[in-house]
Amino acid sequence: MILMTKKHIPGGIITDVGSTTINKTGTWRTFKPIVDKDKCIGCGICERFCPDGCIEIIGKKCIIDYDYCKGCLICMNECPVKAISKEIEKK
Amino acid sequence: MTKTVMEGSLATAKAAALCEPDMVVAYPITPQTHIVENLGKLIAQGKLKSKHIEVDSEFSALSACVGGSAAGSRVFTATASQGLALMNEVLFAASGMRLPIVMVVANRALSAPINIWNDWQDSISARDSGWIQLYCETVQEIVDTIIQAYKIAEDTQVLLPVMVCMDGFFLTHVVEVLDMPEDVSKYLKKYNPQHAILDPEKPCTQGPFAFPKPYAELKKDLSDAIDASADTIKKCHDDYAKIFNRTYGNGLIEEYKTKGKKTIIITMGSLSGNVKEVVDKRDDAGLLRIKSYRPFPKKDILNALKGKETVIILEKNISLGTSCGALFDEIRSIHCNVKDTPKILDYIVGIGGMDCRTDDIETIINESIDKKDGHIEWLMEK
Repeated sequence: MILMTKKHIPGGIITDVGSTTINKTGTWRTFKPIVDKDKCIGCGICERFCPDGCIEIIGKKCIIDYDYCKGCLICMNECPVKAISKEIEKK
Repeated sequence: MTKTVMEGSLATAKAAALCEPDMVVAYPITPQTHIVENLGKLIAQGKLKSKHIEVDSEFSALSACVGGSAAGSRVFTATASQGLALMNEVLFAASGMRLPIVMVVANRALSAPINIWNDWQDSISARDSGWIQLYCETVQEIVDTIIQAYKIAEDTQVLLPVMVCMDGFFLTHVVEVLDMPEDVSKYLKKYNPQHAILDPEKPCTQGPFAFPKPYAELKKDLSDAIDASADTIKKCHDDYAKIFNRTYGNGLIEEYKTKGKKTIIITMGSLSGNVKEVVDKRDDAGLLRIKSYRPFPKKDILNALKGKETVIILEKNISLGTSCGALFDEIRSIHCNVKDTPKILDYIVGIGGMDCRTDDIETIINESIDKKDGHIEWLMEK
């Protein structure tokens, strides 16, 4: 994402890496995945399937980064022990 | 330098090879086929050390060029007609990403009906894509312009893709006596990319997403850059002339026997040869050949037409929906707010390979006295 608004490198090339993190896409969410930590077995399937790389297994439990999770619910569908449920995002 | 006899396409391929592109990516299409064929042959024979990528379409060809150029390579491609139309989406990406790609367009009519002969509808339709467009009159000029095109495109003040336009068949398949430079290293140095380069040590993002404000700013930058490229085109042309001793007007336009003439014929490309033939025999008309269609050299054209009475435009394109050709619209618009505007007439000629012979041009000049300003006519075979 180009954020500079005055002097651009020709072609709008971005030379500072990681500028996408500035745009917190979590606000796009309609459904919010909720992890039941008692049910979670820390298998890591959700971590591998998350298309946005928003899930990390920390201490054998699934941790979702809500700053960037867009609420696609693939994690909920893939969870073998049904530890993830959804709820409507309250704005 | 010894004169050689060569087919236009072979000369084009040899000129491209002289510039030593790192990558040659093109998909064959009539009448450009011989260019790609000859480049492929040079690479297969080991005479040209370029990466030759075989692709499945023109869309892929230009996409591969964008990728190669974004990584910092010098790239060459060529196409025509439907091929250029298929590239359309990528044309805008190449100019927006400011990639110095050089592409030869062997001008050919667009479908439908399907037609393989020459007109300019293909490249004129791409006029707003942010590419520099240079139209050549002879095979010699194409050879010289391709070499200049890399110098123009890669200039750090320009950084824009360049289309070198040559009339299909009239120039691609003609056999011409010409000077083929043996070495261009004095004129054209190795490409040293400063902005677009693939380097793991210096990671960057090219062609990213932009919100409206930076998007508009970058488009303004692009527009300013293509306007300013006119000076670089002139300079590259003059520098070339110093080494190779050949000139084409001032690099943007060529005035041929216009001094003291009341009538000026404006055209582009190989048709200029026919017009020169006619002008040589008459003392009332001269030729203004536009070489650089983009950037459009407004000031140079206005100066060349100052004090003229009649301007006759011969163009091989039609801007559908305006009933006239693109050149006519633009020549008229630069005369807005100018005193003593000449009478401007538009002739749509050579569509789909129709002939525009010297006697046709004679008739057009002779009849121009009775025509009113803004007259538009299609030249059809009688």
